[in-house]
Parts: sequence; structure tokens; C-alpha cells
Amino acid sequence: VSAVQLEVLLQTLISGILLGGLYALIGLGMTIIMGVMKIINLAHGELMMVAMYIAYVLFSAFHIDPYASILIAAPALFLLGVGLQKYLINPVLRVEAIIPENQVILTVGIGMVLANLATIIFQSDYRQTPVDYGTKAWYLRDYWKRSPVDLSLSLPWTVSFTVAVLITAGLWFFLTKTDTGKSIRATAQDRDAALLMGVNVGRMRVITFGLGSALVGAAGCLFIPIYYIYPDIGGQFTLISFVITILGGLGSTVGAIIGGLILGLFESLTATYIGMGWAPVGRFVIFVAVLIFIPGGVASLLRSRKLGK
Amino acid sequence: MKNVLPFIVLAALVLLPAFGFSSYVMHIAILVIMWCVIGMAWNLLGGYCGQVSFGHAAFFGVGAYTAGMLYSKLGISGWWGIPASVVIVTLFALGIGYICLRLRGPYFALATLSVGVIMRIVAENLVHVTGGDLGIMIRERTWIGKTWYYYIILLIAALTFTAVRMIIRSRLGYYFVAIREDQDAAESLGINTTLYKTIALCVSAVITGFAGAFYTNYMGYIDPKVVFALHDISIITIMVVMVGGAATFGGPVVGAFIMVLLAEIIRSIPKLGTAHHTLFGILLIVIIIYLPNGIVGDFAKIRKLFGARRGAA
Repeated sequence: VSAVQLEVLLQTLISGILLGGLYALIGLGMTIIMGVMKIINLAHGELMMVAMYIAYVLFSAFHIDPYASILIAAPALFLLGVGLQKYLINPVLRVEAIIPENQVILTVGIGMVLANLATIIFQSDYRQTPVDYGTKAWYLRDYWKRSPVDLSLSLPWTVSFTVAVLITAGLWFFLTKTDTGKSIRATAQDRDAALLMGVNVGRMRVITFGLGSALVGAAGCLFIPIYYIYPDIGGQFTLISFVITILGGLGSTVGAIIGGLILGLFESLTATYIGMGWAPVGRFVIFVAVLIFIPGGVASLLRSRKLGK
Repeated sequence: MKNVLPFIVLAALVLLPAFGFSSYVMHIAILVIMWCVIGMAWNLLGGYCGQVSFGHAAFFGVGAYTAGMLYSKLGISGWWGIPASVVIVTLFALGIGYICLRLRGPYFALATLSVGVIMRIVAENLVHVTGGDLGIMIRERTWIGKTWYYYIILLIAALTFTAVRMIIRSRLGYYFVAIREDQDAAESLGINTTLYKTIALCVSAVITGFAGAFYTNYMGYIDPKVVFALHDISIITIMVVMVGGAATFGGPVVGAFIMVLLAEIIRSIPKLGTAHHTLFGILLIVIIIYLPNGIVGDFAKIRKLFGARRGAA
């Protein structure tokens, strides 16, 4: 293995982990909604797209930094999520229908409307927020002159990754230490038992949907400095978040984090060694492999390890 | 009356070209019937067997590419794609079923959705096999007029309708409905659920493949973005059935009629054209909340609504 090959490999791994951290945040939003509501939110990526456009507008109109716009976009997405859950998804949960997957189809409809509205408002052009630190990076050789390989660490990617980790830590604190968080987890584990223990299940569902939307909204703002946006970007992220949740184990938060990292690494490796166009296929190869070999996802592996002891 | 209605509709449709409509009207009629076929195919799997597929574009596209590649690679008529797609789509569906049918409910839905996307990406990237984004063009059209295309798709539709009806009224149909209502209960009654779900998937896929192969020959041009489209094929397929009525014989027919006409009307109004996904999305949301079993399934509900109004007036 020559130094160049090693450099490429290490660089690929680094970008894979950075991407994985952001993927984990997207997956977390999906997994908590799935855990509590038992439905798959197929408008997840479109919600992220909405947050990205909020950040884009704030940047181009008021020059607000995309990272600062999290403080506006995430609460806005929380409200949007609450609204969708209250006025569209809840009524459908009560309706009797032949096809049981009504709610999933409903979220598809919501996603279609959001993506199309974005097309009408912003046209289908690719847009970017040209932040001035967009291309800044740290180089290993600047700090260690005689390093055998030269690696770089992009500034926006690193900041996004760090913020994603902080938000994840905040979410962990919220879910394990606060009353509301504990109620959400109780609802996810056993809805009826939670109801009997005096948890307001209906309220928890609304909060969870809002929270999941806010998380993916934050992820959208983190993607903005390093990515471009277009109205149909949502679909691909919906699929990514679904693959992550399958990979991690449905409804498992730890699983979503691990799943996000694995997917980020894998995509980065396929992009480097097979070709950019094939990266999305790599994503689905993982998906299919997980379904066949570890249907419970990473979470089931963790659990069986624990029981083994 | 109910048993005669399909024959009356069929007779009217057979006579339709005799009225000498413009080729635009015939084009719309062909599209409506093609969507009927796809809708009936989806209905067999989704409506009766309860396996909601979000990836019927995969089967449609494989059928379309079977026809297209027979023409572009082997140089024979694209119409051979219709018999050839029976074999190819069945094999494809068996592979997909092996992976996806172990999933239930929404997970099956999403697995099929990703199958559709995988197929699009594969078709885009295997440039030397499929022609990539350039697609496949059939240079010489079989017929200039629309009449023969119309009769071919009408024949496919009539056969599909009969097949679906025969399947649903046979033992097989009861197994399908049992699986939809409660898979565990069906399993415990000794129904081999995996086998019957696979049968439903294969039949549904093959019929959708027919529609795809027909599409290639009719339109003369396919590319991955068109035939493996998520919104414009997979989701519209679901909408055709949801609007018309899942698990009804007439549902997909009514649904296809409404959806194609609606799409055409929206497209013809200049300012509304770009918003057609929004309108479809809103229609889908409204249907799911107010008419969850579609126009045919909830017909009693609609009649009651109008009856009540008439009573009040």
C-alpha cells in the first residue's frame, strides 16, 4: 500500500464519519417518530428540504449564518410537525380503511405538496449559500510537517459534525433526564401501559412528531453550508433516513446513530472506489443486506450481546 | 346489473374508435386504459392481498426495458417484449419478493419504494446495456394511427380484468384477503402466506410489465427517469387505486379515468401546470381522510351525502 493509497483511504474514512454524523441526526428524527407513532414518515426528507430553504432565505435576505438559522428553522419545523400531526395524521389514524398503510400514503401526499410548493416558489434551480468559510480546511501537514500522509479537514463539515453531535447529546439528555422525555420513551415502549401510568399519549405523539421534524430541520441547516439545495432534494433524504433506521433497528436511538455512521462510511467508500453515481446503490445494497442477514438491525445485535452475558 | 355492467362498458369501449374521435382523444383513451391495467395489477397486490407497494414503477420499467432492449440489442420488434416480459418480470418479481415479502406493512412499502429507485439508478448507470440517460428510441412506429394501439391495450385490460376477477373469486382470492386482514391468523389456519404473497406479487408484476412493454411500443421512447419514476408512476399507481377504491373491481377503472383526465386538465391550464403535484397531493390527502375506501368503495357514503342534501333542500 503506497502512501497515496493510504491517504485516499484515510481521507475517505474521515469524510465518511463526518457525513455519518449528519446522517445520524436525520435518522434520529425518523426513528423517534417511528418509535412513538409506529408510522413511517415519508415526508421526512421534504421537511428537511423546508428547513434548508428557510436557512437559504434567511441567508440570502438577512445574511444570517446557516448555523445561526438553526435557532429559527428548528422551532419553525417543530411547529410545522405539530400542525401536520394534529390536523392531518391524527384524523387518519382514526379512520377505518381497507388499506392499512393509509398514514404512510398520507405522508407521501404531504411530501409531494411540500416539494411541489418549493418548486413553485423557488423554481427547480440548484441553489447554494456561499458562506465565506465554505472552502476553508485544516491540513495535517500544517501541524505535523513530516507526516507521511497529508489529510485535510474541511471547516464547515467539521463544524456541522460537531453541532450534530451536540444536538444528539442534547436529545439524549432530553430523553433520559426530563419528564417529557421519559414520557415519550414510555409511549414508545408500550402505549397502553404509558396511558395507564397517566402519560398523556396524544400529547406525546404531537410533541414527538414536532421533535422529529425539528431534528431533521436542524440537520437541514447543517447541510446547507456544504451542500446545494433544489426542491426535490427531500426524496433522497427520506430514503437515507429510512435506510438508517432499518440499519440501526426500528425505533432505536443508539441504532440510528450507529446506522448513520455506517451508512456515511459506506457511501463515502463506494463514492471513492466504485464511482459517484453508484453511491446511492451502495446505500440500498446495505439496506437489502441488513434485511436478509440482520433483520432487527444493529440494535438487535447489541441486545443479543447483552443477553449473551 | 352488476354482472352486466363490465360488458356494457367493454362494448362501449370496443365501439369507441368507430366514432372517429381525434387522435388526441384516442391518446387520452389509451392512457386511461393503460392506467386501468396498472391500477388493477396494483389492486390485486395492494387492495386484496394488503401488500402496499410503492415501487410498481420497477415492474413497469422492467417490462418497458424488456421491450426496448429486444429492439435495440436484438433488433426484433418491441412487441415481443410483451410475451418476453412474462418470463423476465416473473424472475425479477421472484427476486424482489424473496427479499421484500419477509417485511410487513410499511416496511414492505418502503422496501419496494427503494427497489424502484435502485432500478432507476441501475438503468442510468449501466450505460452500455440500457443506453443510460439517453434512453431507447424505437425508430419505426408500428402503426401511424392510434386505433390498433387502442385495441391492443383494451385487450390487455379486458384480460386483466377477467383474470383479476377470476383470481379474487377463487380460493386464491380468499387467501389473499385473509392475509390482508390478519397475516398471523391466516398462517395459523394453514395458509402458506409466503407462497400466496409471492403469487400475488408475481401476477401483479407481470401485468404491470405488460403495461410497461406496451408503453415502450406505443410511445416509442423510454428513459430511466420516465419509466422508473417514483411520483409519476409508482405514486400515481397508488392514487389511481386509492381514488377509485381499493379492493373493488371497478375502482381502478374509475380511478384511472379520473386521474388521467385530471392530469390532462391541470396540464392544459397554463398557470396550474407546475402545481400538479400539489393538487394531486391535496387530492390524495382529502381522499385518505374523507373517502378512505375510494369513490367506488365509499359510494354509499357519497350517495348519502348527496341524498341528505337533497332531503334538506
